[in-house]
Amino acid sequence: MAQNIAVKVDDLTVAYNYKPVLWDIDLEIPEGVLMAIVGPNGAGKSTLIKAILGILPPIAGSVTIYGKPYKKQRSLVAYVPQKGSVDWDFPTTALDVVMMGTYGSLGWIKRPRQKEKKAALEALEKVGMLAFKSRQISQLSGGQQQRIFLARALVQNASIYFMDEPFQGVDATTEIAIINILKELRKAGKTVIVVHHDLQTVPEYFDWVTFLNVKKIATGPVKDIFNDDNLTKTYGINYKVSIQE
Amino acid sequence: MNSAQIEIQLIASLVAIACAIPGTFLVLRKMAMISDAISHAILPGLVVGFFITQDLNSPLLILLAAVTGLITVVMVEQIQKTGLVKEDTAIGLVFPALFSIGVILIAKNANDVHLDVDAVLLGELAFAPFDRLIISGTDVGPKSLWVIGTILTITVGLLIAFFKELKVSTFDAGLSASLGFSPVIIHYGLMSVASVTTVGAFDAVGAILVVALMIAPAATAYLLTTNLMKMLLLSILFGVFSAIAGYWMAHALDASIAGSITTMLGLLFLMVYLFAPSKGVIAVLYKEKQQRIEVSLITFLLHLKNHSEKRERHVNHLREHINWQKVRAKTVLELALKNNMIVIDKNIVSLTEKGDEFTSQAIDYIITNEDAQIEDMKDDFFLFRG
Repeated sequence: MAQNIAVKVDDLTVAYNYKPVLWDIDLEIPEGVLMAIVGPNGAGKSTLIKAILGILPPIAGSVTIYGKPYKKQRSLVAYVPQKGSVDWDFPTTALDVVMMGTYGSLGWIKRPRQKEKKAALEALEKVGMLAFKSRQISQLSGGQQQRIFLARALVQNASIYFMDEPFQGVDATTEIAIINILKELRKAGKTVIVVHHDLQTVPEYFDWVTFLNVKKIATGPVKDIFNDDNLTKTYGINYKVSIQE
Repeated sequence: MNSAQIEIQLIASLVAIACAIPGTFLVLRKMAMISDAISHAILPGLVVGFFITQDLNSPLLILLAAVTGLITVVMVEQIQKTGLVKEDTAIGLVFPALFSIGVILIAKNANDVHLDVDAVLLGELAFAPFDRLIISGTDVGPKSLWVIGTILTITVGLLIAFFKELKVSTFDAGLSASLGFSPVIIHYGLMSVASVTTVGAFDAVGAILVVALMIAPAATAYLLTTNLMKMLLLSILFGVFSAIAGYWMAHALDASIAGSITTMLGLLFLMVYLFAPSKGVIAVLYKEKQQRIEVSLITFLLHLKNHSEKRERHVNHLREHINWQKVRAKTVLELALKNNMIVIDKNIVSLTEKGDEFTSQAIDYIITNEDAQIEDMKDDFFLFRG
């Protein structure tokens, strides 16, 4: 395959208080895949994303986005943190949260204007949340909050999307709505990387998968590597998932 | 009002505004206690600065003391980072240590230093007009006014320039970092402003009132709005109101100005805490009562919907059957009648078409939690407001 490499991770090691939570990760994510990162709790899935985005400093290794360091490629990347990582009682509205997605392209000091507002409204419409634009964010359900986060990423109009457990605590309808949007992104040639928990849905939702448990276990197309062998290596117990042929 | 009175109120108001701005962000970042730490810990910085400059309003002294404030923040973070103690414990360890160094320094040099612990804690607002700034022989006003005015101008300038950055890093530090707005830089920027403001306000209002002026107006505003800009403006308004009202209270009672302003802040918070339209105690109690009634109403309607046989729908029977007290049963029955959801014919209760539809929708909503069709019912019923 003569595919471009969207994200390349070399020998990445990340530690909290000198205790490594990610050991020597090598990873190449080809452009245009919809990839799940799976692994048990404490496997370092969120940490991997945060280290790629420079939120956590690695103690060794490097990351490149389309061949350049992340700092030079920020505009190509959108990030959806875990929903639980923010205070939803913060005094702000759904529209305002989505507008935050435009801050990166504005840079320091400059303020969002009509153009940014319009983009935010369009993103809200795409996730079916336009009717809630003026709602205070604590007044939204878990699924709606997740859609707001997704809209905030969409408004960045990035090439690569990193999402930390976007399906956590959302109902089935929202889950389907979100995965459809992610599939649309892939169709538009974007690369989408998702920290994912539900192994049952991996073959249905994703075409690429990375098994992670402090070390990288395997990475590749779902149809080739999503098997009992890799699941057992990752989760440590004899894991059996029925994969639909 | 004489000019000294106007000057005191002006200083108090400017201090209130300068405190409310960083205070709003401290409250939203759940860092209210750090302002307490800074305000006490800058004491050694002030004393050392005073030894060097011999002038409580010298810019060098303000900078030195503000640096002590930043050192406090760093020390708290370093202790916390070890993972051995939590943040509140780290704060409790750091600031008394620094404060006590300041107290000892003052005590050891009591004769040479025009500083005493009372003034440090409570301020000397009443004396502020006596210390004038004289530029080439012309009296341009009290020194404190110029000091706090300068700090306020810088604070407002920074706020206008970095409002968006402060907002995003306060709400979502992870996103902020990924967008290239370093939360660390913004954090220390905010801490610097808080430290400088504390030092600047310190001389006028003392260590305790500085904390009150930072935290109380922001906490009060937080109960009233869901918009960050409005929260900032309300904090400023509450701060200024308390400053002026507190001054006149002190005037009337012949009491400490700092104490009166703090009392005003407390009273204002109490009022809002009780009477705020949606988050206030009374509003919450009222809402809970309404919800209880509405749940009862839906239970009652559902009972009617599920039972077509007449004996289950007899007025007298209903009360025993749903097992309610008389008063509650009456309230619910009246509510249903008022909304045209039931009709009573010869003591037999039946659902109207409207009542039937409402019941189905309500049950649907409770089960699926789907919002769409219920939006228009939200104005009438608390239950559906989530």
